[in-house]
Amino acid sequence: MDTLKLELKIWRQDSPKDKGEFKTYKVDGLNTHMSFLEMLDVLNEQLIESDSEPVAFDHDCREGICGMCSMVINGRPHGPLKGTTTCQLHMRHFNDGDTITIEPWRANSFPVIKDLVVDRSSFDRIIQAGGYISVNTGSAPDGNAMPIGKEVAEEAFDAAACIGCGACVAACKNASASLFVAAKVSQLALLPQGQAERDDRVVNMVSKMDQEGFGHCTNTGACEAECPKEISVEYIRKLNWEYHRSNIKG
Amino acid sequence: MTLDNKVPEGPLDQKWTNYKSKVPLVSPANKRRLEIIVVGTGLAGGSAAASLAEMGYRVKTFCFQDSPRRAHSIAAQGGINAAKNYQNDGDSVFRLFYDTIKGGDYRSREANVYRLAEVSANIIDQCVAQGVPFAREYGGTLDNRSFGGVQVSRTFYARGQTGQQLLLGAYSALSRQIAKGNVAMYNRHEMLDIVKIDGKARGVIVRDLVTGEYQRHFGHAVVLATGGYGNVYYLSTNAMGSNVTAAWKAYKQGAMFANPCFTQIHPTCIPVSGEYQSKLTLMSESLRNDGRIWVPKNKDDNRSPVDIPEGERDYYLERRYPAFGNLVPRDVASRAAKERCDGGYGVGETGLAVYLDFKDAIDRLGKDVVSARYGNLFEMYEKITGDNPYLMPMKIFPAVHYTMGGLWVDYDLMTTVPGLYAIGECNFSDHGANRLGASALMQGLADGYFVLPYTIGKYLSEDIRTPSIKTDHDDFLKAEKNARERNQKLLKNNGSRSVESFHRELGKIVWDHCGMSRNTKNLTQAIEDIKSLRNDFWDNVKVPGRDDVLNPELAKAGRVADFFELGELMMRDALGRDESCGGHFREEHQTQQGEALRDDENFTFSSAWEFKGDNTPPLLNKEELTFDTVRLTQRSYK
Ligand SMILES: Cc1cc2nc3c(=O)[nH]c(=O)nc-3n(C[C@H](O)[C@H](O)[C@H](O)COP(=O)(O)OP(=O)(O)OC[C@H]3O[C@@H](n4cnc5c(N)ncnc54)[C@H](O)[C@@H]3O)c2cc1C
Ligand code: SF4
Ligand code: FES
Repeated sequence: MDTLKLELKIWRQDSPKDKGEFKTYKVDGLNTHMSFLEMLDVLNEQLIESDSEPVAFDHDCREGICGMCSMVINGRPHGPLKGTTTCQLHMRHFNDGDTITIEPWRANSFPVIKDLVVDRSSFDRIIQAGGYISVNTGSAPDGNAMPIGKEVAEEAFDAAACIGCGACVAACKNASASLFVAAKVSQLALLPQGQAERDDRVVNMVSKMDQEGFGHCTNTGACEAECPKEISVEYIRKLNWEYHRSNIKG
Repeated sequence: MTLDNKVPEGPLDQKWTNYKSKVPLVSPANKRRLEIIVVGTGLAGGSAAASLAEMGYRVKTFCFQDSPRRAHSIAAQGGINAAKNYQNDGDSVFRLFYDTIKGGDYRSREANVYRLAEVSANIIDQCVAQGVPFAREYGGTLDNRSFGGVQVSRTFYARGQTGQQLLLGAYSALSRQIAKGNVAMYNRHEMLDIVKIDGKARGVIVRDLVTGEYQRHFGHAVVLATGGYGNVYYLSTNAMGSNVTAAWKAYKQGAMFANPCFTQIHPTCIPVSGEYQSKLTLMSESLRNDGRIWVPKNKDDNRSPVDIPEGERDYYLERRYPAFGNLVPRDVASRAAKERCDGGYGVGETGLAVYLDFKDAIDRLGKDVVSARYGNLFEMYEKITGDNPYLMPMKIFPAVHYTMGGLWVDYDLMTTVPGLYAIGECNFSDHGANRLGASALMQGLADGYFVLPYTIGKYLSEDIRTPSIKTDHDDFLKAEKNARERNQKLLKNNGSRSVESFHRELGKIVWDHCGMSRNTKNLTQAIEDIKSLRNDFWDNVKVPGRDDVLNPELAKAGRVADFFELGELMMRDALGRDESCGGHFREEHQTQQGEALRDDENFTFSSAWEFKGDNTPPLLNKEELTFDTVRLTQRSYK
């Protein structure tokens, strides 16, 4: 079995107010079947043993679906592998002797809480501004009352696959949340159920995004390239279209 | 204590309708005065909080993740059952009810299960209306697939991400109520205790995981929707943070804990690859629709699976269970895999794996169809293992997945503490000794959208004159002090071993002695082993850092401490249940062919454990199960 020895440069920051700095650690004897987070587990065990504080990072499902894990690895959100979250990245993609730099998402709207952990509650507030269909429990018609073509359903699904991780923001030089917003706006605009609130939704979500301090989209496409769910930038075009549509009508 | 399950009178198929028409209502003006605490924002908690807020109650909700959208429910892959009979294949409310009772090996309560089947259809309607992108046929109608343990096609799905899409639906409904100011949402907060005043649940103690602040919150009623306790095994398919703490604190405050030993070992997970492993990944059961499970006929056959000719393969599920084949229920499939591996037929580096092969499906349906059905699962498998399942059979092995046991609740979903409710995986209802695939999502959403919002009114209608209790009440202060002191104790321990290492060792004891097969000797031994490891934990655990900042190690230490106590209770429960049923397989009770042997005469009950003090053994109470509609038979999938 191949093993790896690595040098890790990790961002350490004690609290939101702390300045923060990179610290260097060495880990050895790593199995290549390990996941990236399991590699950090090994480091943390090592740190605890030597009476140092372990590195704080967010994670939960470790299956690439909850959107909790969030770190920039060698300058790329979620690391080098396309369409893959940090938790699904495995050490077989690294080489013995590598130096790996690990940082938190960097964006004004995602303040650092500690080490690699950031505050993404701004995303929740954007959804609260309109990322839903207003239907109270118990008032729904039969599920088959409104047929939805397979293609439309699939396209809506592609957008709905967003896990709300924030990598798109971390990847964008403007720290724009356009891809995240576009995904939700598109999903609901495509479905017949989403029509009634279609115009208000896009306006409210976009203005909330601005209010939360996210930057503007200048079409660099960095978000799509780093999105672990490969949400297409086509949805940003759709977002813009939806936005103009609501203005024309409004 | 006597257990009153409060099942309403009347014929099975009219109980719920009658209940709803007679349950006392709370007026809109009174609802605005009533506060409800919902702990957990998974399918159960998210749907309950949103529905209660829509009805006019004032709701406070808590989760430990950074957003309610990240609850463990998000990871459910395969689908959700509902008795819609859209496929016209003979499905009905009765059949879903019957399949669930039978699948659970006759250890669940008829009335609750029937109600679950009844409301199942409404769930799909509700989710469609929220914009959940379920799979569709070309004609635009909803598509279905079949799942283990049943012979109809009643499972609704959204690619391999059904849980995600359903949870995002509930999250969107919750977000709407947060925006309206009807729900106060507390992210990154962990509940540490229940506060009881005059015998009723009246609030919770939580810790803000970011600032470390301890907080006291009042509610006229408290709803726990905190998920399952599979992580007591250390390795499981649950999310890393899934824990028993909330339910365990409820138990210690007088809520009985039912059937703790009923745990589900899922047959199709990616096998363990090494000591460092932190969790296991499920490969959805839906794969068994088209994949065929086999091992070599010869022991220690080291050839690559593609080089092993048909005649030298043992498709053991098809051989043993011709009627259901690869679609037998989970407990049966898991034990069959263990049987082969124990016999020396297992494959892979560790010998603890069997093949799940898609070659026939690809030949029959074409790669495109297989990829449309399972593409994302295949990708996930390849990411983790580095192998391509289109070319090589997958290697799979059973892993801990779901816990049928949990807080005992009556028909109203209330625990034995008045005013304290438990919904979703954290209660014990509905699935008996084995849960059928795609039924947990159904139960979580049934509880949250369609059951609790009615039943809670029965209790609250009697509480409309109770003013909000101030949180400087003595009982609040005492509970906060206890929570704070426990954390301080952990931090000041100055031990030498990490929390993780204790958790791993505990998990191994529980897996070895209370996993796929159990016996008197091992269970008795495990009780002692856990006790001594627990003492060692409190003497030797090392928790770095402070409690006034984000400190994941501290949160983990508290959870693991509770797992120790739960682990011991599981052993006691498994020891006392001297029969085999569902996922609980006692080696002493099996047929000559190795099938589970129930003992209906002596064990047709749910065990409900009552806490009696830290140094006193818990007391077993029994809820006898009566079957008026279903006749108990030996489960057969042959
Ligand atoms: C990999 C996987 C796949 C699955 N696939 C399927 C499937 O296809 N079909 C199916 O029917 N079922 C499936 N299941 C089972 C199903 O997903 C779960 O049983 C169900 O989602 C549980 O929902 P819940 O709402 O009860 O709890 P969870 O979703 O676990 O939510 C628990 C909530 O409680 C909160 N919480 C817990 N403790 C505390 C505390 N102390 N303080 C504050 N908050 C707390 C958490 O933050 C979270 O919000 C699957 C399970 C797994 C592991
Ligand atoms: S669009 Fe992609 S990168 Fe952005 S939050 Fe969604 S999943 Fe993450
Ligand atoms: S931990 Fe859930 S997506 Fe990575």
